[in-house]
Parts: sequence; structure tokens; C-alpha cells
Amino acid sequence: MVKVDGSGSQSSLIQARDLDKTYRRGGEEIDVLQGLNLDVEAGEFVAFMGPSGSGKSTLLNLLGGLDVPTRGRITVAGDEITHMSSGRLTEWRARHVGFIFQMYNLIPVLTAFQNVELPLLLTKLSKAERRSHVETALGVVGLSDRMNHYPRQLSGGQEQRVTIARAIVSDPTFLLCDEPTGDLDRKSADDVMTIIEELVGRHHKTVLMVTHDPVVAARASSILHLDKGVLVEGKHTTPLTGAGGVA
Amino acid sequence: MLPKLFFGFLITVVAIFALLLVLVVVGGIVAGLLAPFLGNVPVSYNFRSIRARWTSTIVAVLGIAGTVGVFVAMLSLARGFKATLVASGSPDNALVMRAGSPSEMMGGVTLDSIKVIQDAPGIARGPNGPLVTQEVVGVMPVPLISTGTDANVQTRGVSPNVLEIRKFVKIEQGRMFHPGVSEIVVGKNASKTYSGLTVGNKIDMAGGHWEVVGVFDAGGSAFDSEIWCDSHVLNDILKRPSNIFQSVTVHLASTDSFKTLKDSLTSDPRLNVDVIREVDYYAKQSTTMTTLITWLGGFVAAIMAIGAIFGALNTMYSAVSERGREIATMRAVGFSTWNVILSFLFEALLISIVGGVIGCLAVLPLNGLTTSTMNFQTFSSIAFAFKITFKLLGLGLLFALVMGVLGGLLPAVRAAIRPVAVALREL
Repeated sequence: MVKVDGSGSQSSLIQARDLDKTYRRGGEEIDVLQGLNLDVEAGEFVAFMGPSGSGKSTLLNLLGGLDVPTRGRITVAGDEITHMSSGRLTEWRARHVGFIFQMYNLIPVLTAFQNVELPLLLTKLSKAERRSHVETALGVVGLSDRMNHYPRQLSGGQEQRVTIARAIVSDPTFLLCDEPTGDLDRKSADDVMTIIEELVGRHHKTVLMVTHDPVVAARASSILHLDKGVLVEGKHTTPLTGAGGVA
Repeated sequence: MLPKLFFGFLITVVAIFALLLVLVVVGGIVAGLLAPFLGNVPVSYNFRSIRARWTSTIVAVLGIAGTVGVFVAMLSLARGFKATLVASGSPDNALVMRAGSPSEMMGGVTLDSIKVIQDAPGIARGPNGPLVTQEVVGVMPVPLISTGTDANVQTRGVSPNVLEIRKFVKIEQGRMFHPGVSEIVVGKNASKTYSGLTVGNKIDMAGGHWEVVGVFDAGGSAFDSEIWCDSHVLNDILKRPSNIFQSVTVHLASTDSFKTLKDSLTSDPRLNVDVIREVDYYAKQSTTMTTLITWLGGFVAAIMAIGAIFGALNTMYSAVSERGREIATMRAVGFSTWNVILSFLFEALLISIVGGVIGCLAVLPLNGLTTSTMNFQTFSSIAFAFKITFKLLGLGLLFALVMGVLGGLLPAVRAAIRPVAVALREL
């Protein structure tokens, strides 16, 4: 169960305690997060909602090790990331986090295969092993027949599926999705959400997702609202179940 | 003429292929060595990114190519000038001048001194006696074929046995001058450059009437730009004392005989002379001009390099700015700051090495092209050829790489140190 009151157990996959994040803009301090607590168990699918500027993306960046909190601590799978050096944090991200961005963020000069292969270039896998992992990941998102296409040759929905393949190819501990359907039509958005649901249900991935769209948020097992820098619980749905691994 | 042109073309083509081969091999080795440090950012990413931004890449490549071209051309000019003068000296010859004379133009050796020099140990002897040439140099105005205006030609009065002393000089057309008469032989470059210096022609020069009786080939040395005649006749025409010459060149019995000769002449109380190897003398003579050309060339290349570096900077900064999202994404998925810096630096080096190769190839046809300038030591015109060597091409490529590093480092660092969260949010 997702908890936001700081009462979660030590066994939580993701644990955030007393998180503050303050930005300084033009001499003025803006408190984005204030004393935020969060506990997420493995295999959960959590959606974060809230108005623009409420700090959803900031929270995602902190949990993904892209930014550091002003105060508080974050522990993921037993690793406290808040005091890691930049270099160690980079290594940690490569091992534990899969990112899915609203604008896909694919490298335009690389093919779908090469884009998905990128995170694996940081591992010690052989070329053959990398190929096998990439083919599996692209198979999971249903793009086995598009692996030699460049991003410009793919539709928005297909690009986002390549991004998902890139996020899961190295079998990270959890996935962070920042408005994954924000740039897609309803049909493509539905396809993408179906894949994310499968990742949670069948492959037991833990997914944290930021979205503005209540329809998309409704597909998560938990919905949390960010209000004045703290999280407020929304609804809880039945956790998805399934079996199998990705890579 | 045609076989020479064909040979030159062949040499150029072979040189281009050799350079490309060296480049591929060196590039492969460098890429292999750099691969572990590039942190696995695929090299294909850099190649394709360059191709995707081909317009700004071309501007940077051309800027670097132009700079490297000027750099190599200027250095080859200096090298060609030096090679021409140094080729004038032979390791088996020594030059004897009045003590303290900076050049033979300022020298003065009397006939009595020359007789003492001829008897010194270490000098080779031929069937007609010691191999010694007493020489006088003067500067004569002769009209240029190209413009018709007068230019100074170095005229050297020599002994009739000079060809036994400077063995690399061969009569190419006609014959050697006869002693005691107003006959001249001219260097092959002088014959091609100045009006009237062809075999059989008669010219008025320095108040004398001369007949051109031969053309000699001095192997690309400075003598090829000179006129030679009997030293006694030249002294007479120039109204100089008949018993004073400006320098004496001797052919050594062996290369090792130099010290014996020098010790003997400098310790003889009847003489007041300096003895120097001919090669050292001409190397020293070339210093002023080569330094001038090198500094001038360096200055021009430096100014151009600043422009080229800004071109590279502009290309790489625009690459960084256009690819901010890609860089942030790569950093997010786990590529380190160092990976990104090296990747962008590698890209800048790719651009600069291509520019360097193009610059080198562009100036390669200049190799062997003859030009002329004023020799400030003798105030006469001297013809010499651009001399492009593999060392110079290597220097050109190194210069290109330095420009690449200077142009690529700052943008690479900027790309890498930008906070990932900020970079993702700003896009």
C-alpha cells in the first residue's frame, strides 16, 4: 500500500521522509515540497496528480535522482540516494531507474534499436546479449518490426513505446513516467497505458507516474494529489497481478 | 616538361593516398584507445550528429581547412627557402672569410692569404693543384622576363676549377666560361627568370659586355639563381682591387679534415680568417629569412586560427544547444559527465581532423612550386620551391586537433555540467 503519512515500513521499495525542495528565483525562495512523506511498495502503480507548478515533476526528479532535495532523505531498495555524489547518483540511475518522458526524448540520429540499446552500453553485456535484451524489450512494446526505423519514421505512439522499451531494457528497479500520454491522441494514449499496465501486472514493475489526465490516472492502482507541497491520498484500486519478467 | 608534370601529379596522388592511409590507421588506433574513455557513447552517434548538422559543420571544417592550409603553406615556404640555401653548402667544403665577417659580401681575403690557404693541410688536391676557389660576389640589375623591370641577380666570380669543388653543379647547356674573358654561365632558375640569360646571347651588365656561354644546374640550391664568371674578370669590371677576393671555398680531403684545416688557418699568424663548414654557413644565412617567414606565417595562421576556433566553438555550442534534450536524456539514463565531455570533444576532433586533412590536401599541389624572394643577406633575388614534408603535414594535423580541442572543450563541458533536471525542464 502507498502511504503518505510517514508510517510505512522499512521494507518499502521507495521511502521519502520529510522532503523539502526550495527553489530560489530572482532572490525569492519558492517552497515546492514541504515535509513530504511517501512509501511505495514494490509492484505498485502510483499516479501523481495536481495543478501545474504543484511540484509533481520536481518530486519525480528527486525520486529518480535527477535532483537533490533541500532537506529530507530518499531511500530506494535500501540505498539512500540523497547524499550520493553526482557520479554515484549517475551510476545508481543507470541501475535502478527507467525514465519515460512526455516528449519521448529519443535520440533522432539513432534507430529504435540503438535508442533502446543506449542504457545497455553502460553495462558489461556482450553485443549478442545486448541484442537479445533489446529485441525482448521491443517485443514487449510490440515494435519488433520497427527496430531499424528512426524516430522520425515512427508515429508519436510508437515513439513513446520505444521510450518504454528503453526504460525497461536494463530491468530497472522502478519506472518514472512524466506525463507519458501528454503528447498523444486518446487511442495511442490508451495503447501506451495498456503496455504500462502490463509492465506492472505481468512483469511486476513498480511505476510512478505524473499526469494531468484523470482518465489516465484512473488506470493506476493509487492516485496521490500534490497540494501545497505535500501528498494527499486519492483513491486506491485493486493492484494488478500477473507473472513474467522483461529482461 | 610533360614527364615532369606527370611525375609531379603521380607523387601528389601517391602522397594523398599515403596521407589518407596514415589517417585511417592513426584514426583507428586513436578511436580504439579512446573507446574505453568515451564511456560507450556510440561513435555512430557523433558521426550521425555531424551529418545531421552538415551546414554548420561545413563552415567549421572550411575554417579549419583554410587555417591549416595557410599554416602548412607558410611553413613549407620557410622550409623550402632554408632547404635551397642549405643545399648550396656541401659537407666536404669549407668557407674561409675575413675574421668577423658576417657574410661573404662583407669579406676580404688577399691574394697573399689565398696562397697560404692553398698550402694548408686538409685540402683536397686535383691534377692542377689544390681544390680552392677564390670568389667575388656582386649584385647586378637584370630585367625580369615577367615584368621587364630590373631585379638584383647575385653574380659570383669564381675560379675556373669551381666545378671540381662544387661537384653537384653540372653544366646543363653550352660550356663552362673560359678564364680571363667576359663570359658567363647562368643558373637554370636565373636563365628562366631573367631576360637575355640564354646560351649564345650577349648582354650588358655592370658596365661590361658579357656572353652567356652555358647554363648550369646546381641541384635546386641558391646557386641556381646566380650568374658565375671568372673572379678576376668580375673584380676588374666592378673596379675592385685585383688582389682582394671576398671569400675562399676549399674542397676538403675528407669531411673529417675540417678541424685540421681550421686549426691550421686560425693559428697561422699570417692570416686573420674564420673557417666555417659551407653547410653551416648557408644554414646560418637562411636563418633571418626563415625566421621572418615562420613568424609572419605563424602570425597569419594565429589570426586565422582564432577565427577557426570561433567557428568550431559556434558549431559545437549550437550542437550543444540543439541537442540539450538528447544530452539531458543521456545523462538521465546513466551516462556520466565525463562520457558526455569526451563524446562532444571527440565530435569536435572529428570535425577538426577532417578540416586538417582537407587543408593539407589543398596545399599539397604547392609542393615543388617555385617562387622567389629577396635574400636579405645578399640583397639579391633567390628562387626556391615550396617544400611540403610529411612532418609539416603532421604539424598541420596537430594544429587542426589543437583548434578542435580549443573549440570543442568549452561547449562539451557546458553540455555535461548542466543540471539534468534543469535541462529537462527547460525543454
